[in-house]
Amino acid sequence: MAVRRLADPAVQPKSFTFTVENLDWAKGEIAKYPEGRQSSAIIALLWRAQEQAGGWLPQKAIEHAADLLGMPKIRALEVATFYTMFNLAPVGRAHVQLCGTTPCVLRGADKLIKLCHDRIGEPLEVTSDGKLSWIEVECLGACVNAPVAQINYDYYEDLTPETFSEILDDLAAGKPVKPGPQVARQLSAPSGGPTTLTDPALYSRGNGGKPQGSALHDAEAKKPGEPANVRDAATPKPPADDASAKRRP
Amino acid sequence: MLEDKDRIFTNLYGLHDWGLAGARARGAWDGTKAILEKGRDGIINEVKASGLRGRGGAGFPTGLKWSFMPKQSDGRPHYLVVNADESEPGTCKDREIMRHDPHLLVEGCLIAGFAMGAHTCFIYIRGEFVRERERLQAAVDQAYEANLIGQNNVHGFPFDIIVHHGAGAYICGEETALLESLEGKKGQPRLKPPFPANVGLYGAPTTVNNVESIAVVPDIMRRGAHWFAGIGRPNNTGTKLFCISGHVERPCTVEDAMGVPLRELLDTHCGGVHGGWSNLLAVIPGGSSMPLIPAHQCEHLLMDFDGCREFKSALGTAAVIVMDKSTDIVRAMARISYFYKHESCGQCTPCREGMGWMWRVLTRMAEGRAHKREIDMLMEVTTQIEGHTICAFGDGAAWPVQGLLRHFRGEIERRIDEYSANPHPEPVRVAAE
Repeated sequence: MAVRRLADPAVQPKSFTFTVENLDWAKGEIAKYPEGRQSSAIIALLWRAQEQAGGWLPQKAIEHAADLLGMPKIRALEVATFYTMFNLAPVGRAHVQLCGTTPCVLRGADKLIKLCHDRIGEPLEVTSDGKLSWIEVECLGACVNAPVAQINYDYYEDLTPETFSEILDDLAAGKPVKPGPQVARQLSAPSGGPTTLTDPALYSRGNGGKPQGSALHDAEAKKPGEPANVRDAATPKPPADDASAKRRP
Repeated sequence: MLEDKDRIFTNLYGLHDWGLAGARARGAWDGTKAILEKGRDGIINEVKASGLRGRGGAGFPTGLKWSFMPKQSDGRPHYLVVNADESEPGTCKDREIMRHDPHLLVEGCLIAGFAMGAHTCFIYIRGEFVRERERLQAAVDQAYEANLIGQNNVHGFPFDIIVHHGAGAYICGEETALLESLEGKKGQPRLKPPFPANVGLYGAPTTVNNVESIAVVPDIMRRGAHWFAGIGRPNNTGTKLFCISGHVERPCTVEDAMGVPLRELLDTHCGGVHGGWSNLLAVIPGGSSMPLIPAHQCEHLLMDFDGCREFKSALGTAAVIVMDKSTDIVRAMARISYFYKHESCGQCTPCREGMGWMWRVLTRMAEGRAHKREIDMLMEVTTQIEGHTICAFGDGAAWPVQGLLRHFRGEIERRIDEYSANPHPEPVRVAAE
């Protein structure tokens, strides 16, 4: 349990409404859930409100989301204060969430915590230029790449005080930074190269190849009377376009 | 060691195309229609025969869980919910599946949904995994575009997948807390019974499965239950993603056979323990909720459900946290206690109050600022938390402390003696928070 309260009324904006674009998006989110279960979309709406408000959730934004979903305001406030990724007070443009749980501590997260203290200040304190703030969070779920920090939406892995300090400097200077492992390493593979999945036969099948050791035989898979293409492996459809491309402007 | 041809997650490290074309080339979506033609019972029996046990921590047989779903709908829809709220310290396997092999998960959802008559599937991803969520959503969109899922898909079973996400709460990995969160409430676990298979999401029959449990199903169906059951030991079958973190030369996530000896796992894939095997102090074999196992027992530890239970621990999520002799073991465990203090949902008193209490006592013990009688008191408190809360969070927080007291009592006593003989001249260190 952590005590989480809304920000001081002095910093709370007087009003909040979604932009037209975000409102359209919110309606799409709400439509994903069954009729009468719109409140399921509360977390998604609060995320979007947090993005629109500049990285934190003003009280008016929480109430606005509640109104959109037709749920009592207190229910939305409960959600906003329960989930720790909702920032209830303003944060820096780059908000550092540094993992301080045991697997990261074993790999030296202590030094990074100290670095944050020295470089940025107290947790949740925003630097005077408004660019950085930090908080120690619990396990980020990238323990084989410890120590890890999440800065806004990206993970920065295999950090050392030197590389981390460089990243913070670059962020403060507005320079681009590279997410992912900060050492020569393929994501979660062992450094120095994978010890498994080295058999080229795994990747030589090309489209339509049959997996080795398949339990399904053609006779079993293709039913009489069915067109041959029900086994989509034999004559694959042309792959759809990379759907992620259109999500990013 | 497991051979490459027996590995399921062939794009574990993201070296190949994660998209539909790449996934198909690696065997995904091959003959899915034929799998569905085996029928609900055919699929459930095959999964039962494979011996697949849930990969989320508890190790409950997956096929059996599916069979709890009502055979006929009583008018309420059935739901499949995939638990991708991976937050157990040490665990980072589902992340790799979602960002590198998402189509195995999507296909698995269709097969699992079909097997339990669920036309709608929710995948609940933890809030921190923003990029993983985008990747998974893109894979779901690809599957929709290729008409593999959707209302009129080529498989003839209307099926929708909705990717939902949280916002940072470990407790939402508990299945009923996850359902609460999915309904738009605080993630506080529900009393059971009724179990989700009767009254789950939106009051309808629901099955909650871990990502890995679902993602291995298509391969089990394609290659046959006997193939999966032939790997590992009886009752502990199949392959498993192991995440090895902490004091090893090369931490990594790797897929290997169940029952692989711990030492082989560390030596083959991770370059061994820092400073050699003799420098090992203890390992936590299955994520922070499981009791640690001291070095002298690790020699013979087999990494599967029964192997870990032999040493009074559990396989959990197979997240191996390795600690060498440089580790301040009491402080490491105190930090895990702090984790549970932070993540307790606050619903049950033993957990809400007990977590902070355990953390404070352990923090003092790490410095030696305690009485020896408090060691027994701490042990007693853990047993009063364990089993006296709505969900298993209380147990999961009590076990690591019990493991510490069981195996490192001497170390705590030594610190107490040291402190009382020579009270700190300097201000005491504060635990990380």
